[in-house]
Amino acid sequence: MKPTRYQPDPLVTRIEHLLRDLRLIAPVGLILGVLPVVLIWALLAMGVLQPILASQFWFSVLLIAAIIFIILHLCGGATLAERKIASFIQDRKGPNRVGFWGVLQPLADGIKFILKEDIIPGNVDKPTFILAPFLAFVIGFITFAVIPWAGEVRWPWMAPDAEPIRTQVASLDIGFLYILAVSSLSVYGVVIGGWASNNKYSFYGGMRATAQMLSYEVPLGLGLLIILLTSGSLRLETIVADQVTSGWWYIFLQPVAFLLVLVSAFAETNRTPFDLAEAEQELVGGYHTEYSAMKLALFLLTEYAHMTINGALIMVVFFGGYAPLPWLNFGLGEENVAWWAMLLKFAILWGKISLMLGFYMLIRWTIPRFRFDQLMKMAWKGLVPAGILMVILSATLVVFDLHTTRTWWAPLGVNLAVIVLALVLAGRSKTPITGRQENMPELSTHRQQAAVG
Amino acid sequence: MAIPDEDIIIIQEPELTASERLFLPQIVGGLRTTLRHMFNTKRRNQVVVQYPEQKRQMRVENYRGVHRLNKDPDGRVACVACFMCSTACPAHCIHIEAGESPWPDREKYPVKFDIDELRCIYCGMCEEACPCDAIELTPQYDVIGHTREEMIFDKEKLLDVYEKTKDVKPRKNPPVTDYGLTGGQDKSVAKPNVERKI
Ligand code: SF4
Ligand code: SF4
Repeated sequence: MKPTRYQPDPLVTRIEHLLRDLRLIAPVGLILGVLPVVLIWALLAMGVLQPILASQFWFSVLLIAAIIFIILHLCGGATLAERKIASFIQDRKGPNRVGFWGVLQPLADGIKFILKEDIIPGNVDKPTFILAPFLAFVIGFITFAVIPWAGEVRWPWMAPDAEPIRTQVASLDIGFLYILAVSSLSVYGVVIGGWASNNKYSFYGGMRATAQMLSYEVPLGLGLLIILLTSGSLRLETIVADQVTSGWWYIFLQPVAFLLVLVSAFAETNRTPFDLAEAEQELVGGYHTEYSAMKLALFLLTEYAHMTINGALIMVVFFGGYAPLPWLNFGLGEENVAWWAMLLKFAILWGKISLMLGFYMLIRWTIPRFRFDQLMKMAWKGLVPAGILMVILSATLVVFDLHTTRTWWAPLGVNLAVIVLALVLAGRSKTPITGRQENMPELSTHRQQAAVG
Repeated sequence: MAIPDEDIIIIQEPELTASERLFLPQIVGGLRTTLRHMFNTKRRNQVVVQYPEQKRQMRVENYRGVHRLNKDPDGRVACVACFMCSTACPAHCIHIEAGESPWPDREKYPVKFDIDELRCIYCGMCEEACPCDAIELTPQYDVIGHTREEMIFDKEKLLDVYEKTKDVKPRKNPPVTDYGLTGGQDKSVAKPNVERKI
């Protein structure tokens, strides 16, 4: 018998080549993109959609569907984007086999995850084991309810003096508190998953993740509290409206708070440099070691859902939500309630969120992971004191009524002073601020050990 | 045992600069590096080998891929069934059955010669051990089979690998051993190790 070279099935090869052809992928994508537009247009022409869109309740229901649709697809796209960005940074090409430029890779991944054997190990706590990934996944989505996606809209078929529709699933008076409360729930999926696996290492992973998420909840809360003091409102739509109309995005007023929230957001989502819970180069998998098939995929997708929600939060709170540029609205301000303006704002916010996702990924492949004690030290000794200091300073500004965007120079000046002070202090102190290199023994100890040794 | 003092080299930890101690400026530097690589398409295209379509050029002289059994210039199997290779093999994956040689210039030849390519660790010890360079490793690495049995290469298969790879990697001249020349060569090549290149 001759040693044979592997020859793939010619049919498989043909399908592969067809899928990789731009001439096939582009029209299909175009049709899939155009189809919903045509559908909506047809429904509008038949007059079915108008009353539904004009009622706040049904509009919210439609918005929920739309948001879930977008996020699910974004999660799939994010897995591809992550792999592409990772490989580009490492001078590789990334997935490019399934579909043109690898665009169908998430589909292939999904099929693979669904078809894999879903193993439930014998000694796990079955109900919670099954519940945990769903819990983690669903909780990631609840937070989207209060994000103001695109301001207000008045449809052309509504009376000119009618109350405009809010493009927000729920306009809560306490939107801010809701976000804080719900985002801290995300610990549950992780800790239950780790505990139900009945495996020491999963449990440790869950514990590590819990400790980390709880620790970084504090600076996140403090950072948002500073914004709360600046804006004076718990309603997210008011916060955005203030930034859009004044042009002063809150990042310019409170850069320190932005840093706090950004770092905490990285830690909350378990992303590098804070991904100790699942550190894939060092651990088997942290809290999801025992999971397989679609349950594992849910855990992995939860990470992207979390990144999206954190990105949305940061964009809404610090980067003026749906404002295209600071001080420049291009007629897309709060007072513009036309439907096209609404769609544009919606697209702008999602564009900003995508940029934020890209930033998350870029950071992931740039910064090495922290050690666990450094992580804890950074939260409790660095971020929390800084947050408390900023809260006190912002509260002082409130007393003198200098905290709003009208007197933008006051919070900005205070922040700059704090930053400069921190830089000078950190620059003069001999230890690095992250605590790296700190635990090295003294030189004399080396000598003694060598002498004894 | 105590290490004498003069043997100890104490290396001073490098002093961190201010920006290194502050960490954040260094992140910006890191981002610059990663971004530079991210948008460097030229480098990416040079580095990446699109495997099934493109193949890397293996180093013919010393790449250790699938085995072959060499034929001498008369077209006979060069092996003299001395069992050196199967003795040297750390994975015990060479199985030889010797028989009396039909040719006058040697005593034995392999009736059966099986190599379990799945057990083999491609260390090349067999090639080193062979006194007449009958067994050699080739640069061919993409060897696959659908069953385990298919991956046990017998004599015919190994000789066939020789036919396929002899253009890429010709047979080395055999060194002189007690077995003498394995047939067909000119006497001039029989200088010990003159022509041998590693
Ligand atoms: S390469 Fe090494 S393991 Fe493989 S057959 Fe030769 S001696 Fe044995
Ligand atoms: S060492 Fe060479 S000559 Fe001896 S049995 Fe092995 S292949 Fe044949």
